[in-house]
This record gives sequence, structure tokens and C-alpha cells, in this order.
Amino acid sequence: MLKVEGLYKMFNPGTVNQKIALRDVSIQMEEGDFVTLIGGNGAGKSTLLNCVAGVYGVDKGTISIAGTDVTKLPEHKRAKMLGRVFQDPMMGTASDMILEENLALALRRGQPRGLKWGITNKERETYRQMLSHLDLGLEDRLHTKVGLLSGGQRQAITLLMATINRPKLLLLDEHTAALDPKTAERVLSMTDQLIEENNLTAMMVTHNMRDAIKHGNRLIMMHDGRIILDIKGEEKKKLTVESILKRFGRASGEEFTYDRTLLS
Amino acid sequence: MLEIIKGAISLGLLWAVMTIGVYISYRILDIADLTVEGSIALGAAIAAQAIARGTNPYLATVISLVGGMTAGLVTGLLHTKLKIPALLSGILTMIALYSINLRVLGKASLSLLRMDTVYTVFEKLGFESSWAIIVLGLLSVSIVICFLYWFFGTEIGCAIRATGNNPNMVRAQGINTNTMIIIGLVISNGLVALSGALIAQNQTFADVQMGTGSIVIGLASVIIGEVLFGKRNFFLRLTSLAMGAITYRIIIAFVLKLGMHSNDLKLFTAITVAIALSLPIIKDYLNPPKISIEEGE
Repeated sequence: MLKVEGLYKMFNPGTVNQKIALRDVSIQMEEGDFVTLIGGNGAGKSTLLNCVAGVYGVDKGTISIAGTDVTKLPEHKRAKMLGRVFQDPMMGTASDMILEENLALALRRGQPRGLKWGITNKERETYRQMLSHLDLGLEDRLHTKVGLLSGGQRQAITLLMATINRPKLLLLDEHTAALDPKTAERVLSMTDQLIEENNLTAMMVTHNMRDAIKHGNRLIMMHDGRIILDIKGEEKKKLTVESILKRFGRASGEEFTYDRTLLS
Repeated sequence: MLEIIKGAISLGLLWAVMTIGVYISYRILDIADLTVEGSIALGAAIAAQAIARGTNPYLATVISLVGGMTAGLVTGLLHTKLKIPALLSGILTMIALYSINLRVLGKASLSLLRMDTVYTVFEKLGFESSWAIIVLGLLSVSIVICFLYWFFGTEIGCAIRATGNNPNMVRAQGINTNTMIIIGLVISNGLVALSGALIAQNQTFADVQMGTGSIVIGLASVIIGEVLFGKRNFFLRLTSLAMGAITYRIIIAFVLKLGMHSNDLKLFTAITVAIALSLPIIKDYLNPPKISIEEGE
């Protein structure tokens, strides 16, 4: 479903801030894979996700989604195949627009937009059903400006928007990092539910080891722009935080020293 | 007194079209677009030159509209394709339009005295000349409001509104934000030029200088409209812009009557806008928001 080959990405080339964010990264994801991507600060996990989404161009290597080479496609053209949820709950929705307008924008992802009405009555009923399914009491707030909702609610809406029009690949960029633990838990279980119900292929960046172990069928760890661990299947199910730390030490030759990951 | 108010209303209606154009760039796209200073004069220049050469005034007005749309297109391309900051793109087009407007007019100003304008048609229908302006102004504003109410409810219109609100989200939904910004600027400047054409025919001359300070007048009208007449839904918001433009003209008429020199008008308008835009800061300063830090849930 996703094929990344020999990806290199450098930021600020030729300046004192030059940084190689990705070094020869290759990943092959099968349909139905749910990958959790973990690593410390500056490991390159968000960069990788943004390269796949087309936010950044790449310096070398290719990316293909569902058999289509998208390496050179601009962000808005790749969006047809991708559902995306961001770390910042403000980023996934238009805050000055009402809830149903946001959903209507997402329903039309990947389709040409013309001079038909932006929302139809038939859609409204679908939205109401989908929202009541989420059980957040949002079904009666279709006419509320999204900016008036809480971060957790907005992240739940973004998640719904990312999956409303079944994407080939769902990209989750630390989408619970800005939420309080209880809300984060809730959004994560919603994520699992939506991925399972729609049988989606997904990649979730997280800094939380327990979440990375608990969710998905495959765990990839990055360090210094490289993939250093790729654990799947039965082996993934048996993982513990301790065993990952041990394997990290062996693979990278360093001690894992990233407080945010260890403490959470 | 009644005459002053009537004059202010008719002028306000003509400027309302321009105010709505400014609203599209300033509020919907979140871009302070200075192109309008040039495109209002462009609209006036095109209409005046075309009418002076014997073109039907209605056709001349439509050509002005298209001229303004082209100016918006240029700014849009400078900003999106060449990545020049929006403010600078607008300034570049505005400066370029100064020369272009002089070319169109052939001189610094062109008179339309005793020529047929869009208003004379209404006068021939039996309207007194001041009423002809009000009727035509009302008609233009209504058409523009209805068109925009429809347009911003369509799929493309929703995408444009979202682009000004959160471009990242819009790209993630598969929309080309560059195209949306360009369409927005094209419509905005088209309306501004249309307004310029109507104003020129009302004052019976076009002047290359007439755009100077118009962006500030537009902003003042937008803000007055929002503050005084609220903004509950989109239709009322558009209507409030027209009300804002009229209120601005009434205020100006009164300060002139109270003895302010007309040379000081732009200073007065600039100060008014500066105060209006800084209201939130002033409010916070006078009445600091109470922050309470409490432990627990």
C-alpha cells in the first residue's frame, strides 16, 4: 500500500543549520498494516510522515501509494489518497467554519469541486449518524463553529474527516500528544475503532512507547534519520517497554535518553 | 440636512460594492490586498475612457469589472506562483496600475460631463438624478450580495473560505490553496473596479489619484459594519458591509459639516481605523482578563 525507497531529506542545506533528517529510509507497508512509528526528538518520524504527505519534497528516493508514484505530486494532489490527523488539534479543522462545513470539505476530498452547493441535506443526515456513532454529543452541534469546541472534540472530528472518505493510507502525526491523558485515551480507542471498521492502512507517529506497543500490528523505531527497528506479527505482540529499550541500545549503540518517551 | 443624508446614502451604496470586495480579501482570504487602490482607479479609468469613446455605459461598466478581475489575477499570480508576500504583491500591482491607469486615461483625469452614464438611463425612466443613483446603487449591491451569498455556499466558495481560515487543512483535503487565493482576489478586485466605474460615472470624471487611501476607507467601512450591525450569518454579514459603507459616508458628511477641512479626511479615517483595529488591545488594557489559577478539577 505504501512503498518508500531510499528516501533522503536534508533541511537547510549549505547553512550552519544543515540537518539530514532522513537517511536512506525504506518501508513497505501491506494493505491493512497499522504501523506505529516511534523515536526520540529529531529521529525523523514526523519528517517521514510529512514527506509521504507531500508537505516536504524529498532529496532522493521514491514514494508510492497504492501503486502510484507520488514522489513529485504536490500535497493537494496526494490528498486524494491520504487521510491526515495532525499533532495540533487546531490544524485539522477550519475554526471559523461550522462543523458540518468542515465535514463537507472532507467528504469531497479528492473530488473536483464545482458550483454545486457545498453541503446537501442528504449529507447532513449522514453526518448526524456518524457523529452520534462517536458518542461525543456532537450530533446536535452541526451548526457550531469548530473553534468553540475542545481540543479533544476537534481531534475526534479531524479523525472522522480523515476517514469519512476512505483513504488508501491514514497518517496520524502524534495526534494525541497535545491532549490530556484521559482524552488521549479516548481519541486513541476511537482511532482503533475507525481503522478496524473501515479496514484501513495506517501509520501512527507517537512518542509514547506504551501506545506504540498497544496499538497496531507493526512497530518501527527511528533514530537519527534511520529505521533501526522493524517489529511485526507475533513478535510485536510480545514487546514490552524494557525489551524495546534493550533492542534500541543494541541497534543504535546508544543509551535511550528521551525523557518524554520514558516518562509517559 | 436630508439632502446630506441622501447624498451620503447614494455614495455609500456605490462604495459598498468596493467594501464587499475588500471584505473578501481582508476577512475571507485574510490578506491585506493593496491592489484595490489601483483597481478602483482602473475601473474608473476604463469606464470613463470607454464611455468617452461612445461605448454603452453598461458595457463600459462590465469591461471595468473584467479589468479589475485581471488586476486581481496578477496579484494572485505574483503571490502564489512567484511566492512574493501578499502585501508586497498588492503594492507591486498597485504601483504598476498607476502607470496603466494614466495610459488608459491618456491624462491625469477625464471628464464625463454631458455624456450618457449608467444613471442617465434611470433618469430617462423618470427618476430624479439623486434617486437614480440610489436605485442603481441599491440594485448593484443587491445583485452582488445575492451572487456572493450563493457563490460562497458552493463547493468552491466553501473551499475559498476554508483557505483563508486554515490553508494546511485545506491542502490536506485535496484543495489547491493557490487556485482558491487567486479566485478570491479576482472576485475581490473585480468588485472594487466595478465600484470605481460606478463612482466615476456618479462624479462625472475619472481621476488617476482617486484610489489613494481607498483601502483604508474600505477597511473602515468593513469594521463599522461589523461593529454596528453584527455578523450572525453570512447574508446579514454581507448586508452589514453595505450598511457600514453608508454609515461611513454619513459620518464623513457630518464631520465635514461640523467644519473639518476636507484635506484632513484621510488623516481622520486612518486614525479611526487604527483605533478600531486596536480596540481588543485597548479593552484588555483597561479591563485585564481575570486569570484564576486553581488546583484540581
